[in-house]
Amino acid sequence: MGFVKLLSEKPWLTEGCDVSDTTREEPLSFRASYFGLKILLSVATVLFMLTVIAYAYRMTFGDWKPIPEPWLLWINTGFLVLGSVGMQKAWNSAYRGYLDGLKTGMLIGGVCIIAFLIGQCYVWEELVGTGYYASANVAAAFFYVLTAFHALHVLGGLVAWLRASSVIWRHKSIDKVRTTVELCAIYWHFLLFLWIVLFALLLLT
Amino acid sequence: MAIVDSPGAQNIPVAEVPDPNEDLYHAKSWITKYLFCQDAKVIAIQYSCTALGIGLIGLVLSWVMRLQLGFPDVFSFIEPAHYYQFITMHGMIMVIYLLTALFLGGFGNLLIPLMLGARDMVFPYVNMLSFWIYFVAVLILIASFFVPGGPTGAGWTLYPPQAILSGTPGSEGGIILMLISLSLFIVGFTMGGLNYVVTVLQARTRGMTLMRMPLTIWGIFTATVLALLAFPALFVGAIMMTLDRLLETSFFMPVIAEMGEVLSYDGGSPLLFQHLFWFFGHPEVYIVALPAFGIVSDLLSVHARRHVFGYRMMVWAIVIIGALSFIVWAHHMYVSGMNPWFGFFFATTTLIIAVPTALKVYNWTLTLWRANIRLTLPMLFGIAFIITFVNGGITGLFLGNVAIDVPLSDTLFVVAHFHMVMGIAPILVVFGAIYHWYPLITGRMLDEGLGKFHFWITFLGSYIIYLPMHYLGFIGVPRRYFEMGETSYIPESAQDLNAFMTVVTLIVGFAQLVFLYNLIVSRNAGKESGPNPWQATSLEWQTAKIPAEHGNFGKNLPIVYRWAYAYGVPNAAQDFVPQNLPPELVATHIGNQVPDTDNES
Repeated sequence: MGFVKLLSEKPWLTEGCDVSDTTREEPLSFRASYFGLKILLSVATVLFMLTVIAYAYRMTFGDWKPIPEPWLLWINTGFLVLGSVGMQKAWNSAYRGYLDGLKTGMLIGGVCIIAFLIGQCYVWEELVGTGYYASANVAAAFFYVLTAFHALHVLGGLVAWLRASSVIWRHKSIDKVRTTVELCAIYWHFLLFLWIVLFALLLLT
Repeated sequence: MAIVDSPGAQNIPVAEVPDPNEDLYHAKSWITKYLFCQDAKVIAIQYSCTALGIGLIGLVLSWVMRLQLGFPDVFSFIEPAHYYQFITMHGMIMVIYLLTALFLGGFGNLLIPLMLGARDMVFPYVNMLSFWIYFVAVLILIASFFVPGGPTGAGWTLYPPQAILSGTPGSEGGIILMLISLSLFIVGFTMGGLNYVVTVLQARTRGMTLMRMPLTIWGIFTATVLALLAFPALFVGAIMMTLDRLLETSFFMPVIAEMGEVLSYDGGSPLLFQHLFWFFGHPEVYIVALPAFGIVSDLLSVHARRHVFGYRMMVWAIVIIGALSFIVWAHHMYVSGMNPWFGFFFATTTLIIAVPTALKVYNWTLTLWRANIRLTLPMLFGIAFIITFVNGGITGLFLGNVAIDVPLSDTLFVVAHFHMVMGIAPILVVFGAIYHWYPLITGRMLDEGLGKFHFWITFLGSYIIYLPMHYLGFIGVPRRYFEMGETSYIPESAQDLNAFMTVVTLIVGFAQLVFLYNLIVSRNAGKESGPNPWQATSLEWQTAKIPAEHGNFGKNLPIVYRWAYAYGVPNAAQDFVPQNLPPELVATHIGNQVPDTDNES
């Protein structure tokens, strides 16, 4: 039902309870988690969008000096892609009931994203080492802010990943974590998408 | 009225979670039951008490400011720097930490699950975290009073560059703590907001379509969506300004000299902060106003024994106002200088937003037209809200125009306008709502005599304070000034008026203390309310016990058969029909609650 159609209802004219409504047959916990993730991703998108708009606006000022893009960023991007592939494997395995595939996928997803975070730290170190301090160059300051926001989102994802992993390895149960794995995989893809946008922005400017 | 899909109640499958013990979190100790509690009702009380507590501090700050304005040079402990700090903290506390937290964290947590027929919020643990992060944010804000230099005196808009320059009071630790506190508030709110939105969209009980939801829920829901989209702007601004202050980055700080010394900042844009701030700041007005709109609609309907006039239009108006609120923000920035075409655009959108807002006012008035009005306390506060909101809204039309705003912008006219429209008006709704739902929380009524004293002093007092303030602004009395000094164009009588307003402010302040006394004393000594004392139709009064226990409803969740405004229905046995009363019982049922044995625990 479209939003406009929905808002066109005349509730004062109808009475009763529509028992034919089958849209709510999935368990509430699944619907809520899935929907909650969508909302969370929307809020994160707005956060990054506003930061990027601020970045674009600030670029128009005379003191803007672009920073070099360390080659390590390409490696880090590779880790993020691999992590995303791993989590997709975990998701697929969870739905097919393959515990081994699930474990492998989760392991790849987790390890790669931790590697990404470590790689980002090295990039920061390299930039600071070459004199690109946040106070000295506003482009560098934006780079630190954008990557820090992204890293914080990665850390948030890792908390969910750890919880799911602990259930998988301790209880060897797929049923209990199927939804969590699916949501983690979607989140991993989102982190990758977000990073590609940010990386492209850094490369192009 | 057409009956659709209305088989007898016995044929309708029960709603989800047949056994509340299966899915619900259950506290195992005092600490998890009352302190780190995951029950939305308890979290609502925690939010409300914290918000009212910090709001009391904001109130006291306003008294001190008025003392200075009314009787300059009398109170030696109020220094110019303190005055700016009090202005800043008063504004920020009232807008963010009191009103936003109370409407969304307080009323949202209390009413969303109960009014929608849910057992709790969908993510109770995250909901609990939301409150505690808010609580820490409040503590950090309070801590800023005690750091060297005191709290920030940058004004509640925190405009750079002055917000972080050393000449501004609180530029040492105060501004840092303010920015950290705001960032935490936003993180906490996002957790809560996530809960409110998902609960509304996914956890409504069977039969509760979106267009059967009470307008209170529509208001809170839309305001939450607004907040989720608007708060990130403040978050980005706060983080960047923290970095400007701590690491000397130049996001917002331009090349600037201080005390003859050129600082290390280079080329930042103060205007960028203003855009970020007001991209959040204007929706914030509606984050406060929309829940108030929704709540007052329900208060008027229940206490006038009449359906809300134009329910569908009211929903549309809430949604449209929410959408439009994102394209009017720069009307707060006319004096910063902008392309005249931008000024024209923002003035136009500002005037357009008045259309759905006016529509709501007409509908509230028509709801009361020839209704069976009961002049209860919630009704009095509801009527007072309509009058006050119209007054504040009309002066907003003046200020929405560039040519009028520019000369009035730095005068008390603006202070009077925004206090009427987003200070007094929403607070009147808060009071009305507390008088209305206090029995839902405690099972007891608030004392009516004290309540009427509180109402009349607050309502009349507000007008005695703010109507003259419009006049003072109009003759050019500037805002934010510690004292007037000798200003030739301002008559001496302006000072007499200021002194008078200060005395009235203190009297109104005393009335708020009476209200607090009433809240505390009635908890044990108030008259027992019994179930559904206002004979309302909505689900929050249909719980198995009042106050509701953990899990809200009995064994089964209620089934909803109609909207929440079935008052004065022809052929019904009484003048209200609860949402969960099966159609076949409408003509015969007498009683404040639905006698559904399945709903007994």
